[in-house]
Amino acid sequence: MKSLSRNSHNWRRLGWAVKRGETIEQAPASLGSARGSSGLLRDEGKGVRKSQSRIVSRALSVSDAKPVVRQIDSWCGCCSSHQRGYGSAPGDGQVYRDKRYAELKDADIVHFRQILGEKGVVVDRDDLDWANTDWMHKYRGNSQLLLRPQTTQQVSEILQYCHAGRLAVVPQGGNTGLVGGSVPVFDEVILNLGAMNKILSFDEASGILVCEAGCILETLDNYLKSRGHTMPLDLGAKGSCQIGGNVSTNAGGLRLLRYGSLHGNVLGLEVVLADGTVLDLLGTLRKDNTGYDVKQIFIGAEGTLGVVTKVSVLTPPKLASVNVAFLACEDYASCQKTFAEAKQQLGEILSAFEFLDRHSLELVLKHLDGARDPLPDSKESFYLVVETTGSNQTHDKEKLDAFLESALEKELIKDGAVAQDISQAASFWKVREVPGAVYKYDLSLPLKDLYSLVEDMRERLRDSATVIGYGHMGDGNLHLNVVAPSYDDKLVSQIEPYVYERTAAVKGSVSAEHGLGLMKPKAIYYSKPPAAVQVMAGFKDLLDRHGILNPYKPTASVKSTKTFGTPTFDVTICRSDETPLQTKLKVKFEQMPLLV
Amino acid sequence: MKILVAVKRVIDYAVKIRVKPDKTGVEMNNVKMSMNPFCEIALEEALRIKEAGKASEVVVVSMGGPQCVETLRTGLAMGADSAIHVSTDTPLYPLAVAKLLCAVASREQPQILLLGKQAIDDDANQTGQMVAGLLQWPQATFASKVALGDKSDVTVEREVDGGLETLRLQLPAVITTDLRLNEPRYATLPNIMKAKKKKISSITPEELKVDIQPDFMILEVVEPAKRKGGVMVSSVDELVDKLKNEAHVI
Repeated sequence: MKSLSRNSHNWRRLGWAVKRGETIEQAPASLGSARGSSGLLRDEGKGVRKSQSRIVSRALSVSDAKPVVRQIDSWCGCCSSHQRGYGSAPGDGQVYRDKRYAELKDADIVHFRQILGEKGVVVDRDDLDWANTDWMHKYRGNSQLLLRPQTTQQVSEILQYCHAGRLAVVPQGGNTGLVGGSVPVFDEVILNLGAMNKILSFDEASGILVCEAGCILETLDNYLKSRGHTMPLDLGAKGSCQIGGNVSTNAGGLRLLRYGSLHGNVLGLEVVLADGTVLDLLGTLRKDNTGYDVKQIFIGAEGTLGVVTKVSVLTPPKLASVNVAFLACEDYASCQKTFAEAKQQLGEILSAFEFLDRHSLELVLKHLDGARDPLPDSKESFYLVVETTGSNQTHDKEKLDAFLESALEKELIKDGAVAQDISQAASFWKVREVPGAVYKYDLSLPLKDLYSLVEDMRERLRDSATVIGYGHMGDGNLHLNVVAPSYDDKLVSQIEPYVYERTAAVKGSVSAEHGLGLMKPKAIYYSKPPAAVQVMAGFKDLLDRHGILNPYKPTASVKSTKTFGTPTFDVTICRSDETPLQTKLKVKFEQMPLLV
Repeated sequence: MKILVAVKRVIDYAVKIRVKPDKTGVEMNNVKMSMNPFCEIALEEALRIKEAGKASEVVVVSMGGPQCVETLRTGLAMGADSAIHVSTDTPLYPLAVAKLLCAVASREQPQILLLGKQAIDDDANQTGQMVAGLLQWPQATFASKVALGDKSDVTVEREVDGGLETLRLQLPAVITTDLRLNEPRYATLPNIMKAKKKKISSITPEELKVDIQPDFMILEVVEPAKRKGGVMVSSVDELVDKLKNEAHVI
């Protein structure tokens, strides 16, 4: 076997094909490798990939661990599609239901009814539909049971039972996630916290709010508004998303620039661990340096380390003077300079700095009802939404005027409009609500590289799709969307893993704020070194050794191998007549893209 | 032809109003203020008439304390040519405003006086009508369409309870605007910059020789009673009893 290189045409010439649907040896650290009946992850209508070439990834294992056969499903048609292995949106390849999780039995339902009463247990198929499908209607699970606890004690009892009985559980809040993290993959029991929606206390002097995890963000915001405060985060889904989910996904949103991330604003959590232990970290102290700050590991863990049941959050005062400006720039470099200028001149009152390109604007105007172009006469390529929040109208207006004047003079911006009242401000923000496209990528990149990726992608895809870019420029977060008439594997192969490789090359993040959810399990490696992932696996082992919380998802699936070596894979490649040509090829992870 | 547009600074339409605990009025501290939406529509209409070439100058006027200047700046930023600030700290009610506007109009001699049909803080819907009476000018209120004619006249379509009414008035005239007349433009940067150099002249009610002492006093401002939930009654007897003894309607 010649060295594995991109000259995979060698293989084609020799007519190599690989076995289809082969049995896999299970290593203890494998994920979802048992053959199961339910394998499909998404709605039939949305382009289920029955494609042939897919690298079915099994477990990671360090070379001295029990070998795992890496199976390549079948022949891959074109040379360049080593990318095929990192297939389209929902979890790459075929994931099979892990046999080690128990199947739901009637006795279980009876037990849950005892804990929760009739109302807390939902088994009706139609009612379950909503909970089984995600916000974007891209992922659909097959759970038979939804539980709605009302107290932490009930959550603890449920998890205790599930842990003992090896029942897989999916914690769920508002189910507004964009990466399929809040819905079951197979028949996991859905633990929905929506019924735990009490606000427990609010201290006006310090602004510290304590509430249950099922409180809807908008409800909390309204409660705080009448008390002179506001939630430190704001996102499009605020009417439905719950604070527990926000915390578990470390949600970002529009105000991160001003108020920082949840890691800074969450002062305490009450978490129920996989075995039912209630971990009371619900402090309301601004400063507490006694020991490790354990709550931080749960923020952003996507429900894989514990179920958040109560949250204590530091809320900023609600300031009355809000100004929004919509600015037009000629090119991305001007946008960057405008940002620098804004930080300098607006200083502490800057509360949001968003950008969108011309294509995004056109998409919004075409598809969003009631969206109005703030600058109909301007034909620039980039638009910025800049918001200031402060306590003094006159002072803020002056600063804003000074900034705008200087930006215009220096020709950083070509045109702009300033909202004169709240409804105008709302209409500027509406324009920033770009409707989701078929393929979405949420990336963190260094500011100077933020837009070049969009341009390169546009060049790469040319006529096959429209590429739009917009996002939280202030946070270095790009939302790269590819608009295509339908799901198309060929298109995906052009996008991935190119977009991830480019992001990794500049040390960016392949998921800035949306989380990993059901993303390809290996995607994390584009942004985190294997050693870090191993540490994460250590936490998972410690806090959920049976792996019942949110299984099958990358954040959950990395199992500890207790060593810190570079993971390698064992590969089997066979002839079309099924005689294996080479077995136990040890391929280091870095060489993975070279296969096929 | 000159158009005079009267604008008012009010609490922003989107803000949730709260009554002050001492019941003397509405909470105004730390609350976002903006130009009354109907006044914005009036100004937009004036600007459109000017852009169509039928008017040469648009002047905005506002009355009240020093913060009115902000609202006038917004007006200038939208495209008005100059502004007049009638400066006073006395609380102003529709009749006083009408008298002041009458005096200003006599000085400025516009052909059209445009106002919003009502302000969203008092919902009075009186100023336009009273000013027309004081000036002895024809008036067309609740305008949903305005079209200037060739013979120094203007045709206005009004939204009235029964439908739409079309009037033709001889200029000079007073027109008050309704919601469906137009969609106000955003204040764009070049105009905002230009607005800084435009003139805002200041004048007092004394100089205009207008007496603005209010002839009434507001005693108390309270929130409307919270709507009580409905009660289901179980029998006709109970219904009659409640109507008699609780609601006191029979």
